[in-house]
Amino acid sequence: MKKNIIALAMASCLAVPAFAQQQITVVNFGGANANAQKKAYYEPFEKAGTKVVAVEYNGEQAKIKAMVETKKVTWDVVEVEAPDVQRGCDEGLFEKIDFSKIGPKADFLPAAVKECGVGVFVWSTVMAWNAEKVKTAPTSWADFWDVKKIPGKRGMRKGARYNLEFALMADGVKPADVYKVLATKDGADRAFRKLTELKPSIQWWEAGAQPAQFLVAGDVALSTVYNGRIDAANREGRNLKIYWPGGIYDLDYWVIPKGAPNKDASMKFIAFASQPATQAVYAQNIAYGPVNNQALSKLDKKVLDDLPTSPANAKEAIQMNVGFWADQGEALEKRFAAWATQ
Amino acid sequence: MSITSQGALRGNDAATLRQALSRADARRKWRAFALTLPLLVFLLLTLLVPIAALLQRAIENPEVAAALPRTGKSLKDWNAQTPPGPASYAALVEDLGHLSDSSDAGALARRLNSEAPGARSLVMSTYRALPLTGSPEEIQARLLQLDPRWAEPLFWQAIAKNSSRWTPDYLLASVDLRRDSKGEVERMPPDQRAFGAILLRTFQISFLVTVFCLALGYPLAWWLASLPARKANLLMILVLVPFWTSILVRVAAWIVLLQSEGLVNRGLMGIGLIDSPLALLFNRAGVVIAMVHILLPFMILPLYSVMKNVPATYVRAAVSLGSAPLSAFFRVYVPQTYPGISAGALLVFILSIGYYVTPALLGGADDQMLSYYIARYTNVEVNWGMACALGAVLLTATMVLYSVYRRIGKAELSIG
Repeated sequence: MKKNIIALAMASCLAVPAFAQQQITVVNFGGANANAQKKAYYEPFEKAGTKVVAVEYNGEQAKIKAMVETKKVTWDVVEVEAPDVQRGCDEGLFEKIDFSKIGPKADFLPAAVKECGVGVFVWSTVMAWNAEKVKTAPTSWADFWDVKKIPGKRGMRKGARYNLEFALMADGVKPADVYKVLATKDGADRAFRKLTELKPSIQWWEAGAQPAQFLVAGDVALSTVYNGRIDAANREGRNLKIYWPGGIYDLDYWVIPKGAPNKDASMKFIAFASQPATQAVYAQNIAYGPVNNQALSKLDKKVLDDLPTSPANAKEAIQMNVGFWADQGEALEKRFAAWATQ
Repeated sequence: MSITSQGALRGNDAATLRQALSRADARRKWRAFALTLPLLVFLLLTLLVPIAALLQRAIENPEVAAALPRTGKSLKDWNAQTPPGPASYAALVEDLGHLSDSSDAGALARRLNSEAPGARSLVMSTYRALPLTGSPEEIQARLLQLDPRWAEPLFWQAIAKNSSRWTPDYLLASVDLRRDSKGEVERMPPDQRAFGAILLRTFQISFLVTVFCLALGYPLAWWLASLPARKANLLMILVLVPFWTSILVRVAAWIVLLQSEGLVNRGLMGIGLIDSPLALLFNRAGVVIAMVHILLPFMILPLYSVMKNVPATYVRAAVSLGSAPLSAFFRVYVPQTYPGISAGALLVFILSIGYYVTPALLGGADDQMLSYYIARYTNVEVNWGMACALGAVLLTATMVLYSVYRRIGKAELSIG
C-alpha cells in the first residue's frame, strides 16, 4: 500500500513537468550541421511549444538497435545516413512514416521519400583544395591521382566507400557508369589497383571536420571532403575551392526509432523541419541542399551556387548507390582493411 | 548467541565446546563471505556475465535457423554445387511467408549478406514479392524470374551452412579462416585476409609502446626513487597530472604539437636538424608517440614502488667491494627491480592491445588496431557476432600473455 502511494507521488512529480511542456530528443551528427539545424528547426519549433533536447552521436546504429531491442528507447527523432535508413527499416528498428502528416510527396525530391524516413538535406562528397596554397586548380579526378601535376598529399576518408568510386573515375570510368563497373569483380580489382597507385600519398581522415583542417593547414594539397565543411571554413574567411564534377551526393534522413516515447510530437517535428520556409533557413546556414523543392525559390543565387543540388553543381555528380553499399559494403570494407595492411 | 556459548562452557563438556567453536568458526567464515559478497556479485554482473554473453554471441547463429527451418531441412542432402531442386525454392517461399514480422526478414537478410554479399537485396526483394503460390516448379520459375541470382549456389550455400543454431564461422573468420561449401576449414582468399595482419600489428604497436615506456620510465622512476620524499612527491604530481587529463584532450594536444606546422617540426627546423617537416601525424609514429605519453604513468608507478624498497646500500656495498659503478647498477640494482619492470611492462602491454581512440584519431588506415575493427563491426556494420568473435580473440590473447607472464615472472602481479 505504502509503496503504491510513494510510486503514485513520484509518478505525479514526473508527470507534472511533462504536462507543462512537451519535450522531444533529437539526435544529430553535431558540428556546423547541428548549429544550422538549431537555428532552422530546433529554436523555431521550441517557440511553437515543444522543447527540443539536441543530442549528438556519430551515426552508431548499434545504439538504436540496443535501445529498440531492450525496449528502452529514449531518442525521439534521429538523423541517419542513407544506407542505414533502408537497413534499419528492414530490420524493424524504425517506425513507418505516414507521409500525409509530413506534406505533399510531389514537393519532395523522390529520394527524400522513404518508407521509414524523411530526407533532411542533400550533401555531397567532393574534391576540394586551398586556393591560397595550391596554384594549379585540378580539372579532373585524374588530377587527384597526379602527384606530379599537383604535388602534395591527398586527404581521403578512411574506408572503402567513396574512395573506390573516385578511383574508378580517375581511371577513366564515366561517373554514371561507376557503380555498374564496381559491381563486377574486375571493377573492384581495378578500383583497388588504382587506389594502390596513390597509397603512399594518402593521408587518411576519420572525422568530417579533419579534411578542411588539413587543407587549411596545408598538410594536404587535395582532399575528398563533405561540401558543407568547405562552406563552413569559407564562412570563417578561408579560400577553399570545390571541384563539383564526380561528386557523390547523398541524403540524410529523419527517422523515429520503434517505440519512441513521443511519436506524435516527433512526427510534428519532422513535418515542421520539412517545410519550404524552415528548409530555406537551414540552407542559408550551411551549404546542404533542401529536400523540399519549394524551398529553392526562397534562396538567392549566392546561396544556390554553393548547394550540391544546384543544376550546375549536380550536372556531373552521381547519387551514392545505397543498395550497392548495403549489399557489398561489409565485404568491400573488409577488403579495404586487408588492402591497407599490404 | 552468547547465551548458548556461555552455557556450553559452564557444562564443561568437551564435545559441546568443540561444537561451539566450530559453529563460531563457521559464523566467522560466513561473515567474511558475506562481506566479500557484494564484490563477488559486482564482479559477476560487470565482468563474468558480459564476458560470457560476448563469448556466446560469438558462436550464436539464430537468424537463419529460426527463419528458414524448412529450407534448411530441404538442403540437407544437397550437393552444394548446382542450384537445388524446386522443393527448396518452395520451402524458402513457405518459410518467408511464415515470418511473423518484417524485422525477422531484415535480420535474416543481414546475416546472409555478411556471408554472401548481395543476399540482403535478394532476400528483401523476395520477401516483398510475397505471397507466391503454385506448385514447387512454378514457384522456382517465379523466383528465378524475380531475381536470376536465385540460380547461384552461393546464396543457397550460405543458407545451408547457417541452418544450425551455433556456428564456428565468426571465430574462424576472426583468424582468417572459413568453411568451404563442403564444410572443410580453409584459409580466406587473399583479398579478405585481414585480421591476422591486424592482430600482428596490434602486438607490434603494443610492443613498441612498451619498450619506449620502459626506456623513458625506468630512468625517471630511478631518479624519483633516489630523491628525498618531499621533492619526489612534488615530481610525482607532475607524472600524475597528465594521467588525470582526458585522453581526447591529450590526443588533440598531440595533433597541435606534431602537425607539419606544429611546435615539434618548427623547433627541429629552427635548430637546423631537418630541412622539411617530418611526417609525425596520421602514421605509426604519431600513434606510438601519443600512446607512450598516455601509458607512461602505468610504467612509472609500479617501477617507483619497487625501487622505493630497494636499499641503496646494496649498490654501495658492491662498489666498495670493487665493482665498477655501471656494472654494479646493472648486476645489483636492476635485477632487484625485475618485479617492477615485469608488472609495468605487462600493464602497459595489456592496456595497449585494447587501444582504440588514439590510433583512430592519429593513425592512418594501416595503423588501426583490433579494437577499431571491433567498434566498426559493432557500430557501422552492426554485425555483433563478428565483433564478439574479435573481442574473444583479444581476450584470449590477453589471457595467454598473462599466463606466460605468470610462468616467466613466477610472481604474483604486484602493482603499486
